[in-house]
Amino acid sequence: MAENGERLRRTMMFVPGNNPAMVKDAGIYGADSIMFDLEDAVSMAEKDAARDLVYEALQTQDYGDAELVVRINGDDTPYYHNDIKAMVKAGIDVIRLPKTETADMVKTLEKDVLAAEKEFGRKEGSTHLMAAIESAKGVLNAPAIAAASDRMIGIALSAEDYTTDMKTHRYPDGAELQFARNMVLHAARAAGIAAFDTVFTNMDDTEGFYRETRYIHQLGFDGKSLVNPRQIAMVNKVYEPTEKEVENAKNVINAIEEARIKGSGVISMNGQMVDRPVVLRAQRVMMLAKASHLVDEEGNYIEK
Amino acid sequence: MEIKQTAIAGTLESSDIQIMLSKGQSGIQIDLESDVKKQFGDQINAVITETLKKFDIDNVKVKAVDKGALDCVIKARTIAAAQRALKTVDQPAWEVL
Repeated sequence: MAENGERLRRTMMFVPGNNPAMVKDAGIYGADSIMFDLEDAVSMAEKDAARDLVYEALQTQDYGDAELVVRINGDDTPYYHNDIKAMVKAGIDVIRLPKTETADMVKTLEKDVLAAEKEFGRKEGSTHLMAAIESAKGVLNAPAIAAASDRMIGIALSAEDYTTDMKTHRYPDGAELQFARNMVLHAARAAGIAAFDTVFTNMDDTEGFYRETRYIHQLGFDGKSLVNPRQIAMVNKVYEPTEKEVENAKNVINAIEEARIKGSGVISMNGQMVDRPVVLRAQRVMMLAKASHLVDEEGNYIEK
Repeated sequence: MEIKQTAIAGTLESSDIQIMLSKGQSGIQIDLESDVKKQFGDQINAVITETLKKFDIDNVKVKAVDKGALDCVIKARTIAAAQRALKTVDQPAWEVL
């Protein structure tokens, strides 16, 4: 697992790699992660041009604090090696491997990335990896894939290819994805990395989007892949903690501080012991609250 | 380096620039079409020229149709067009990127 701290990854926005207007503006929507796509969003004839465009944009454009991800073409294509070299040279944060089916594919990618880091004088280990799971085989191998490399920061479920592989298609209730979602999520948690849910493509079905996002939030996913910037605010709203959750988290954080000052090893709040899972949850709530601009610098809830 | 074939990169969509390179005999000749030619024409031509020089392309005719591209887009499209014109798409010019 790459040093992962607790980075928020609620939203990963897809940006077609050969579209200058979208590539240049990708930073203004406030996505936690931006994923430039060199794969399915780019036609065969434009693979070279998309790679050049994303590379040059990464040199000059300001994408703020967003984590920058590139989806490269798979190792069964002639573009794979040049995609890796260009993106490592560009200093990308994360390379996303499509259609990942085995841990060996991640290990091969890791080797190729290391070679590129050496070739272009990048710090070894600075390029992180993630894998997209898009088939039955990938789902069944998800635990091994998630743990295949120290560079891994996450795995994502890609439902379009997966449902085709399963001889079904996507339904509004998502029952066809239950097993895959839980496999991907458990694989990610067991490996200590992030889990990303699949995209929701019907932009007209707002209610459906909220329903699906609330569901994957309940399961425990870090966030969701998105195809439209309009969906960013919607996902963030689902991940936003309530006032009660914020107050409670703040009390926990205060209790920790109090215990630290007293030099006491045991943390108590309202006469009850606070154990580690509660502390971790409180820290995550405060991080989400800060990202949602619900609290001020000191962590006080801002009345709306 | 010699231009081996006429090549195009980029589109006519907003924020893009379409660059066409073809064989020439007398230096880098740029024919630029842009709504902001008066304000940015020199800058656009400079980015194209500088990028082509890095490929050691000295004689070439350039037809550029700008739709409001940033410098990084102009550079990227010029690189793509150059590699296509030189038939070196499979060996990216890492030193130029």
